[in-house]
Amino acid sequence: MKSTLLVGALLTAMTATSAFAQAIKLADVAELSGGGATVGTNWKNGIDLAIEEINAKGGVLGRKLEVTHADSQSNPGVARAQVQKALDAEPYVLLGPGYSGSVKVTAPLAAEAGIAQIMGGEAAELTQGGNKFLFRTSFGQQSSMPKVAKYIHDEMKAKTVAVVWVNNDFGRGGRDVMVKELDRLGSKVVADLSTEAGQADFAADVGKIKAANPDAVFVYLNEEESARILKELKRQGVTAPLMGETTLIGQKVIELAGDAANGARGHVGLTTDAPVDLIKAFREKFSKKYNYVPDHNGLKGYLAVYMVKATTEKMGKVDPKKFADTLHGLTIKAADEPGILMDVTFSDTGDIDRQSFLVEVVEGKQVVKQVLPKVK
Amino acid sequence: MSNLFDLLVAGLATGAIYALVAVGFTLLWQTSQTINFAQGEFVMLPAFLMLAAMHVGAPFWLAIILGILLSMILLGLAFKLLLVDPMMRHGVLPLAIATMALAIGLKEAVKQFFSAEASPFPSIVPTGDISILGHAVSLQSIGVLVVAILAVLGLTTLLNRTSLGHQMQAAAQNPTVARIIGVPVERMILLTFLINAFLVALASLLITPIYLAKFSSGEVLGQAAFIAAIVGGFNQVRGAIAGGLLIGVLDNLAAAYVSTQYRAAVPMIFLIAVILFRPQGLLGRAEERTV
Repeated sequence: MKSTLLVGALLTAMTATSAFAQAIKLADVAELSGGGATVGTNWKNGIDLAIEEINAKGGVLGRKLEVTHADSQSNPGVARAQVQKALDAEPYVLLGPGYSGSVKVTAPLAAEAGIAQIMGGEAAELTQGGNKFLFRTSFGQQSSMPKVAKYIHDEMKAKTVAVVWVNNDFGRGGRDVMVKELDRLGSKVVADLSTEAGQADFAADVGKIKAANPDAVFVYLNEEESARILKELKRQGVTAPLMGETTLIGQKVIELAGDAANGARGHVGLTTDAPVDLIKAFREKFSKKYNYVPDHNGLKGYLAVYMVKATTEKMGKVDPKKFADTLHGLTIKAADEPGILMDVTFSDTGDIDRQSFLVEVVEGKQVVKQVLPKVK
Repeated sequence: MSNLFDLLVAGLATGAIYALVAVGFTLLWQTSQTINFAQGEFVMLPAFLMLAAMHVGAPFWLAIILGILLSMILLGLAFKLLLVDPMMRHGVLPLAIATMALAIGLKEAVKQFFSAEASPFPSIVPTGDISILGHAVSLQSIGVLVVAILAVLGLTTLLNRTSLGHQMQAAAQNPTVARIIGVPVERMILLTFLINAFLVALASLLITPIYLAKFSSGEVLGQAAFIAAIVGGFNQVRGAIAGGLLIGVLDNLAAAYVSTQYRAAVPMIFLIAVILFRPQGLLGRAEERTV
């Protein structure tokens, strides 16, 4: 009898220890190769850095975080298959993808599984379909484009604008909001050019911009194509001011475009050049670990993990089913959770509200020209 | 009109690159009946060899020389000795499939050992414009066009005006007779592979500053050059040159005047039209086959 009790006690203790040590499993599906490799690699590295930091400090509610990374190859079809595979392993939260097209086709899977999906896509439509499990790490186009259009109209005084966009969910979404806003403000779109993802030669597109002779050019392409069009714009001597969003003036774009990036301006929700101490510290840690300066996707990946940490600690338990409910309407203050970098509020639709920045590339570096406050 | 002039210059510059790559298709076809489906990746790799040399401290000019030499060893000599010769005895189809596998292997190797991300690449031509007939034309377009034309002129002079070139043509046209009259056929075929490797390294040097160095950059280029070679005439060097220039200009004009969205479709439609009405290509020679 005594020995049975002893064995029972030992088994109970072992089970308890096992539960205590059991890791919280996250699944990441990102663009680790293909056209979005820059996006996915930065996102992945940001995630890994955050997990390393959190685990070094004891984890979340005493449990370590673990992540599996899967490559979407920047292809929505592959992303869907990878997300399905990741969900079969029943993760706590799904991270990624970064491309709006991939998010669009994977979000229903995560919602059906009741798993929160924290992603990097910026297409306006993503959070407008009533999906209660989808969360942004950056502004949606419905928040950022009106700010950009206002800047083009008010600050650049552009009466005519050329709009160049990439023909995918990301580009089309941004273009639609931008054209509508410019029209509302009274700036005329004199060239409306769609380009292809992965396009190498922009000579004809830039030729059309030159022919339209606009007061400003709005460029909304993915990072590598942004670099190529910047080089071509310089090559063909286009002097109209260039305005874009995060993907036009990211660190990788500046590296690829060289001095052709100088003078380009853009609105960014996140930048490692932001005059925010916590972001400066993040930039230093990231650069030390990976030997390069991250773009906004590195910040997004990092934040995504700290969103998981803050929300879980707010719940006081690891509950995948209640995670989304808790994150809706939650404000996370940087003073309480430094990993979140800036005070942030999540709406009932999973959209994000926080400060943002207007930057210009000056001598190969992003320079923050204005800090824009939270909307609410 | 000014726009049309700019489009023509830019199209000719891009087309000259396609021509360099397309010439490689025709050279290998003529001498060894080989279709190299890794030709696009052959253009991608030299840029990474040059970048690797710069990463270990070589100045740009030295990296160019090393890149071209390594390309000739890997993409000329090793390609012939390790892949084409052993596979040739099994026929053209297995060899073509082997070059497809090589294309995948090269892409994945660069992705694995270098990066999946694009890298910047320095230009041998300075940025800036010069004025031609009152139009500002970029030095880079002119530079690409001039270097490509010089390379092609050099090649055609070698083939048509020198004893070595005549031996190469003899080896390509009828290897049996060429052997009888004392032409070192094997050496001539090897020379063709080395010339192809030199041309792709040159194309890589010219186009990578514009397209950026990326493991997947050969896909678009290889496809465009393949179309150019067929359109111009797969068995004629001059056909490949004309096809390259034509596709480059057509692509740019289609993007400007038809639709950017359907620009990729226009060369394909042109290709189908050429195959239907002139299967040997615009400047190609009809080949008879006995059955």
